[in-house]
Amino acid sequence: MDIETLADNFELLGPWEERYRYLIDLGRQLEPMPEAEKTEQTRVRGCMSQVWLTHEISAESPPKLHFRGDSDAHIVKGLIALLFMAYSDKTAEQIRQTDIKALFGRLGLESHLSMNRRNGFYAMVERIRALAEQPAAA
Amino acid sequence: MSAAEAATSTLFDVDAIRRAFPILDQQVRGRRLAYLDNAATTQKPQVVLDALVRYYQHDNANVHRGLHTLAERATEQYESARDRLAEFVNARDRSEVIWTRGTTEAINLVAQCFAQSELKAGDAVLISELEHHSNIVPWQLACERSGATLRWIPLRDDGTLDLSDLDALLQGVRLVSVAACSNALGTMHPVREIADAAHAVGAAVLVDAAQATVHQRMDVQAWDADFVAMSGHKAYGPTGIGALIARRSWLERLQPWHGGGEMIETVTLEGSTWNEVPYKFEAGTPNIAGAIGMAAALDWFDGLDHAALLKHEQALLAATVAGLGSIHGLRFIGTAPVKAPIVSFVIDGVHPQDLATLIDQSGVAVRTGHHCAMPTMTRFGIPGTVRASMACYNSFQDIQQLIDATETAAEILS
Repeated sequence: MDIETLADNFELLGPWEERYRYLIDLGRQLEPMPEAEKTEQTRVRGCMSQVWLTHEISAESPPKLHFRGDSDAHIVKGLIALLFMAYSDKTAEQIRQTDIKALFGRLGLESHLSMNRRNGFYAMVERIRALAEQPAAA
Repeated sequence: MSAAEAATSTLFDVDAIRRAFPILDQQVRGRRLAYLDNAATTQKPQVVLDALVRYYQHDNANVHRGLHTLAERATEQYESARDRLAEFVNARDRSEVIWTRGTTEAINLVAQCFAQSELKAGDAVLISELEHHSNIVPWQLACERSGATLRWIPLRDDGTLDLSDLDALLQGVRLVSVAACSNALGTMHPVREIADAAHAVGAAVLVDAAQATVHQRMDVQAWDADFVAMSGHKAYGPTGIGALIARRSWLERLQPWHGGGEMIETVTLEGSTWNEVPYKFEAGTPNIAGAIGMAAALDWFDGLDHAALLKHEQALLAATVAGLGSIHGLRFIGTAPVKAPIVSFVIDGVHPQDLATLIDQSGVAVRTGHHCAMPTMTRFGIPGTVRASMACYNSFQDIQQLIDATETAAEILS
């Protein structure tokens, strides 16, 4: 499912309870991250929940970035799933062009992007953007 | 309404109190705001806001220096605030009140002064396993600097301190620093008992009263504390103001920790002499408006019927425990028999952060995380808790909103 379809689905959902149930379900469908990949290098610093992020760069030209991630908190996992719909298997240029704030705003989830949350999720967005700027992703 | 609720509500008019706090009358996320994060900071009554505005509109000047009318008015109000605070905490003398930015700065002041002149290698400082980081880290720094070691009183499973080995723990201890009330679990500690044991071996006693200020009658003499640290913002006053109340003999003995204006008597380029106590510890222009605002908050708070307030708080605590206790898998962290109205809980298999995110959707403000007490969380083997903490303006409706929100969240996350 691409992010636009998801946003349409999300808008059909009524109260916040349904939106969060849906978000948690998305997290459950996230590509599993092998335990061996959950290292100090892949850990994203957050305040409360644990968050990990790894990536692979495809051999295509221009290359695409594929992400795998996980969290011990269900809602954060759902947010990671959303994030990957927007960012994963995209080129560095596509990642740069993505307005993640506008997208989360449309979903009514913008507060999760605020620094105050300190849930590691904000830091994850920053790390994805930084990875897209690395020479290997160009 | 239960019989207990009816009994307290006739004595204690929560609606009238709520009207004094304009911030409470608002909606968040389309729901009525239920503010239950009072251990983090309390809201401020209108009289405190008015005092701050009045000071800046009419009386603002620097204190102690000018001879003009505004300077006199500002000094008069600022020093009256010191009298008010001294009276509120039952200090032995007004000169025992030092203004600080808050509890954290008050503890750091004592820790740094002790590191400079009182602690040496072989000495020990005793804290507990249930302290806020602001009553742990300053002592780690002081011990590092002086070569002293840090020990702690262990915690029992119910969140009370295990004092059975206190006499052994106190050997070689120069200072004991404990909270009167835990911010993370709400446990009230037997401060006087600890102080007596500490004094018996010649150790000084610091009490962190940040949480206790509004949940019990503060009396530094009843505690027999050498130092008491407190914050204005946890007692209906402004942020950035607090106090250290210290025994005068200690203030005479300790050296200043911050240098600057106000704290000196004479300055030559070769050296300086110190102003008298308490000014010796108050370098620089103080938070004048904050002190005036804090005094206004204490005035307002003292006007409440405290016996009725404590009953009201305990009824809120009982209602919270009863309501949340029926949620499947919910576990309270901290079940001490004597507790402030602070409830910490986890739900088995549910991450506290998920729980808090969903509770927030219902307009309920609670705190989630380690509550700046990571050693306590480690002791219980959890990453954090959800914490609801009550104040005088909380109603049974707030508690019901919390219970409903937690039930909904638990159901979504199950």
